[in-house]
Amino acid sequence: MNMAQPESRTSAHLREAQMLRIECPWCGERDQEEFQYGGEAHIVRPESPDTLTDEQWADYLFNRANTKGIHAEQWCHAAGCRRWFNVLRDTVSYAILTVYRPGEQPPGNIE
Amino acid sequence: MDRIGSSVSKNRYSIFSLARNAVSYHQNWSEAWRSPDPAPAYDVVVVGGGGHGLATAYYLAAEHDVGRIAVLEKGWIGGGNTGRNTTIVRSNYLWDESAHLYEKSLQLWEGLSQELNFNVMFSQRGVMNLGHTLQDMRDIYRRSNANRLNGIDSEILTPAEIKAKVPAMNVSGEARYPVLGASFQPRGGVARHDAVAWGFARAADSRGVDIIQNCEVTGIRRESGAVSGVETTRGFIGAGKVAVVVAGHASVLADMAELRFPVESHPLQALVSEPLKPVLDTVIMSNAVHGYVSQSDKGELVIGAGVDAYTGYGQRGSFSIIEGNVAAIVELFPIFSRVRMLRQWGGIVDVCPDACPIISKTPVQGLYFNCGWGTGGFKATPGSGWVFAHTVARDEAHPLNAAFELERFTTGALIDEHGAAGVAH
Ligand SMILES: Cc1cc2nc3c(=O)[nH]c(=O)nc-3n(C[C@H](O)[C@H](O)[C@H](O)COP(=O)(O)OP(=O)(O)OC[C@H]3O[C@@H](n4cnc5c(N)ncnc54)[C@H](O)[C@@H]3O)c2cc1C
Ligand SMILES: [Zn+2]
Repeated sequence: MNMAQPESRTSAHLREAQMLRIECPWCGERDQEEFQYGGEAHIVRPESPDTLTDEQWADYLFNRANTKGIHAEQWCHAAGCRRWFNVLRDTVSYAILTVYRPGEQPPGNIE
Repeated sequence: MDRIGSSVSKNRYSIFSLARNAVSYHQNWSEAWRSPDPAPAYDVVVVGGGGHGLATAYYLAAEHDVGRIAVLEKGWIGGGNTGRNTTIVRSNYLWDESAHLYEKSLQLWEGLSQELNFNVMFSQRGVMNLGHTLQDMRDIYRRSNANRLNGIDSEILTPAEIKAKVPAMNVSGEARYPVLGASFQPRGGVARHDAVAWGFARAADSRGVDIIQNCEVTGIRRESGAVSGVETTRGFIGAGKVAVVVAGHASVLADMAELRFPVESHPLQALVSEPLKPVLDTVIMSNAVHGYVSQSDKGELVIGAGVDAYTGYGQRGSFSIIEGNVAAIVELFPIFSRVRMLRQWGGIVDVCPDACPIISKTPVQGLYFNCGWGTGGFKATPGSGWVFAHTVARDEAHPLNAAFELERFTTGALIDEHGAAGVAH
């Protein structure tokens, strides 16, 4: 391989796919192995559970966006500071676009 | 229907057709299925040309009277999970609902090469599920007993019996997770993945089904609550009924009809070694150390890994998964430690919260979904197609899939098969 060649988009994606490098908002960039995946982000627990219909419960408990594309998700730095945070990740290329702290909303300008 | 009947006999594979074609140096075999342009409309459009979609189309054409049928595949048939899986077939599931469904499928496998007139190389070499802890063994006894009550063959093996069947395995007790025993289903085994797709495609085609490749569905058109057709990369195709069987892309298709599904798509990986002399003549699976392995007829070790925890549509997964998987295999088979791996790949598996499939009508009239097979749907290919064809043709579930409708997530009647499905396929 000619090292002077600029890396193509595909090979950049392939390299990222070997092992994610995730930036913990508190500890910085670490190997994926230190983190635990926590599923879709921003699912809000219903305020008054006793008034929900079975359909609303099912939607809260089981239904997921399962986005093909940019996905807001939770990760925990399990083998580090043990804190949760949010990640915007492309579920096709697996590229991580940004990370942000719990309680924050995803930046709106990500494409 | 004359055209269809005659094409079956003309193309029938047999010792005579082999001899006849030998005379012309095998230059004159006809194509196994046609590649027609899509018609403006069909009575039933099946979306997804994997094994399940093709089986659905085949059983619709062979056993139901539904009119014109097409299968629309965005890439090439069998290019999804059907062509990427490790081909383990078994029916030793814990709960009655799943045991009956997978057993129906296993019985169809047993006659499939004859039924399709295509050798799917179904090899009943047995499937062994290993136990490494006392709790593993309790679960194995429980599942094995449940299987027998359902008339499904299951034996319990001691480490000495395992060693006699699989001399290459380390059952010494010195392993980090020693092998304490196993359940064994003699009727389980493996099949040739591509042949399953091709066999169903050829048999469906010969019954008049149009198989249309390179045709991606991009929208599901609905009129007053009922489906009326699909938008595709080859234009609009009208449809009385639409049966969606797209595995990892289930949520994407559901979204086209504004439905939300309890499915998440994960990468699942596998790898094969260089070809070896025969060393393993059964299928070995272990939930505890997370690996499974069999040897293909070509001699390659076929090794399956676990899913990545994160969701993904990229048909590849993390290296750490492969690393852990290979470590587990080498722990079980120290003799494999210097075997070189040839290829490694990933598929996108559609996982439900209860590790069971959805084979169901939807709130949209005429729209049906068959998905959620996750890491273990290859074994179900014929059975899944058979019950789904019934569901689509009659607009009502067959008793075998009545428990697998979308509704179970609202009623709470989940079927927890994590133990029998687990890592194990
Ligand atoms: C690595 C790996 C190992 C596995 N091992 C086993 C095993 O040992 N035993 C077992 O039983 N199961 C196993 N499985 C699971 C099994 O492969 C699947 O459950 C099964 O093959 C699913 O079949 P299918 O026909 O539904 O899906 P697929 O074969 O994936 O077919 C779906 C098709 O839909 C097409 N499609 C998607 N979107 C569209 C669209 N918009 N328009 C048109 N077409 C579309 C896709 O291109 C694809 O061809 C494994 C899976 C993987 C990935
Ligand atoms: Zn941290």
